[in-house]
Amino acid sequence: MNPLLAIAADTSIIRVALLLSALLFAIGVAGFLTRRNMIIMFLCTELVFQGAALAMIAFGRLHGNLSGQVFTIFILTVAAAEAALALALVVLLYRRRETLSAEVWSELKE
Amino acid sequence: MTPMLALVSSDVTTAVVDGAAFSWLGWTLALPAISAVLCTLCALLKVPGKLPAMLTVASLGASFALVLQFYQQMPATPITIHLAEWMSFSWGPTDFHALQAPLALYIDRLTVFWMLFVTGLGTLIALYASEYMEADVKSGYARFFAGVSIFLFSMTALVMGGNLLLLYLGWEGVGLASYLLIGYYYTRPAAVAAAKKAFIVNRIGDLGLALGLFLTWRCYGTIEFSELFSRIASAPSNAPWDEALIPYLFMLGAFGKSAQIPLYVWLPDAMEGPTPVSALIHAATMVTAGVYLIARMYPIFLVQPDALVVVAWVGGSTALLAATIGMAQFDLKRVWAYSTISQLGYMFLGLGVGTTFGACYHTFTHAFFKALLFLTAGAVMHGFAGQLDLRHLSGLRRVPGFRLVSWLALLGCLWLAAIPFSAAYFSKDTILATALGSDRADFRFLGWMGLFTAGLTAYYTFRIWFRVFAGPVHFVPGNDSHDADHAHAKFHPHGPRWAIRLPLILIAIGAVLSGLPGYIETFAHKENWAQWMIAGSSAVEGAGLSHGGHAEHADHGHLVLGMDAHKAASLLSGILGAIGIGIAFWIHLARRSAADSIRRTIEHTPLIGWIPRAAERKWYVDEVYHAAFRMPLWMTAHVLHFIDKHIVDAGVVDGIGRAPASLGRVFRPLYGGALQSYAVTMAGGIGLILVWLVWNWVRGVH
Repeated sequence: MNPLLAIAADTSIIRVALLLSALLFAIGVAGFLTRRNMIIMFLCTELVFQGAALAMIAFGRLHGNLSGQVFTIFILTVAAAEAALALALVVLLYRRRETLSAEVWSELKE
Repeated sequence: MTPMLALVSSDVTTAVVDGAAFSWLGWTLALPAISAVLCTLCALLKVPGKLPAMLTVASLGASFALVLQFYQQMPATPITIHLAEWMSFSWGPTDFHALQAPLALYIDRLTVFWMLFVTGLGTLIALYASEYMEADVKSGYARFFAGVSIFLFSMTALVMGGNLLLLYLGWEGVGLASYLLIGYYYTRPAAVAAAKKAFIVNRIGDLGLALGLFLTWRCYGTIEFSELFSRIASAPSNAPWDEALIPYLFMLGAFGKSAQIPLYVWLPDAMEGPTPVSALIHAATMVTAGVYLIARMYPIFLVQPDALVVVAWVGGSTALLAATIGMAQFDLKRVWAYSTISQLGYMFLGLGVGTTFGACYHTFTHAFFKALLFLTAGAVMHGFAGQLDLRHLSGLRRVPGFRLVSWLALLGCLWLAAIPFSAAYFSKDTILATALGSDRADFRFLGWMGLFTAGLTAYYTFRIWFRVFAGPVHFVPGNDSHDADHAHAKFHPHGPRWAIRLPLILIAIGAVLSGLPGYIETFAHKENWAQWMIAGSSAVEGAGLSHGGHAEHADHGHLVLGMDAHKAASLLSGILGAIGIGIAFWIHLARRSAADSIRRTIEHTPLIGWIPRAAERKWYVDEVYHAAFRMPLWMTAHVLHFIDKHIVDAGVVDGIGRAPASLGRVFRPLYGGALQSYAVTMAGGIGLILVWLVWNWVRGVH
């Protein structure tokens, strides 16, 4: 067994971690739904990501293996790439309309 | 009477020789095809002048010359000439696993007999048409001659083809040519309707021929004549029911093409086509294809003698019915059309009662005199601006330019009425004598019916001649004025020039000469040439005056009124013909008012008063067909159209098409374009799933 996981699974810390992950997820979703600024909305999606990643680590700890941490590394990598892409998009959208509000983009409705 | 030639050994159909030395005969087939292509090119390139007519006459004349050349050196046995591979399939070891239909010719004397008058008359009538159609030089001239060439090519394939498939190709080809040429004046609704009618009615018959072809292959494993006849003779079929059906199916095809009951209705309407077409296709050649088919396939019919009884009855009834209608028509060409149907009826009667010789000989003589009659009618129509109503034409004999036409028409009429020692007298009387001398009572009855019809024929024929060509000069021009300048000026009938006169004279000579075999038989007691021709072919079994399948001389047959059947037929048909001509002379020339008063008298007599009107309206056969077949089909078509349009199209197809759109309309409000509303939908969905999970967890369901 991995020495890092040799410590007996302390369920209390897992519980706290899961609570924190749910909080991060909820804050992310609430922020995404209520804000119109595209950068803020993007930041909120990052919060949602981190909430999920934290839950992965917590569950990995619960199961006594490294899968959750491996997932997290992947999530961070993908999120970094996505952040570069998304910020570039936001900059382009801003140049088009001179505003960061998401409300001005609704061409695809119906 | 010469003694009937001893029945030629029946191996005349089995000993088939390969005729590779005669492969030049393939040009008979190729020349009209080339001419058709060239005429089509002329039509496309709008070549002015009479070039298409020259091409057609030259190629048909060359075909005729080739046939004559072959006739000179004709071998005694049938020959097959393999020209090219065409259709050849094989998928197993036996004959029943292969279909062989090469582009080959099967030439026996029957073929040559037919080709002689088909190409000969084709050439002469094309020459006639070169002048007759000259008003159309700028419009449809090339199209017309392309049609004639297609017809001759198809007819050649039909008659000379070495297998049933080639025969079928020709059969369909002549139907196509007939359709194209009947509808030649395509701006006239009547012509278009007539063309459609001819095509569709023929299609019913063609179905019979096609099915017969299929069954022939199924029963005998071959459709090549060179193999087929020996197999029919030698081996019993492996499918007796199918075999029994074949002659009836072929018969249906023959009745369609040769205008017999119940499929004769297209031929009178086909007179909407130009007159040379009526003469060539609808009188002399194409309509005899049915007679040819039965004569060619006679071995199959002999296996099923009941089928021949049907042929005899249909032929006899058609002869009588068409003659009664012909008596009451006022249109010159229609009378000749009904007389064609009636004469074709005689030919089928001949085939049915077992004299293929009589039937084929009558076809031969009829081809000449009926072409002559149509062409004289055409000359009248050409000269009198399309007038064909015999109530508006009289005394043409005395109109300048029409004397020759009148006398040639008289010749044609005498031949049609079969006066003694005309060509038809020999051919028709062979048929009637065979019927009268038959052992079968019903054939004898048909013989008497044929004799009665001969009387009617003489009457309606001379009704035309005495009305139109004799009597005081009086005429009303028709509506087709060639020159607009003269439309309002006084009408001058113009007589035909040489290109019409020459074919008329040559065909008249042909009509006289077609009786030659009969004269020679009667007076020189030599073998009848026509009989010799038929006897050396697949129709051999019926070439003699046979009774119930075995050849026997008429002298030994049934006695009619105490006389030999042949003598009785000649005598009686002569007497009845004379009576018919006499009545026609009396009421249509000597006292023309008598015709009207007789008609009035009949019309006011109870019980028979309806007869003249009903005969004039063709016994309402077209109306009955309309009510019995066309109306139900028309109504079914409309019901099905309604179902298709309002249930299948509007309901099922459009319904399926509309379903996604209506589903989309339900969910459309969810997508208003605001980014957050989409997010709310997603979050709401996740929320609902969460609620569901929690609900299950609370209820203890995991």
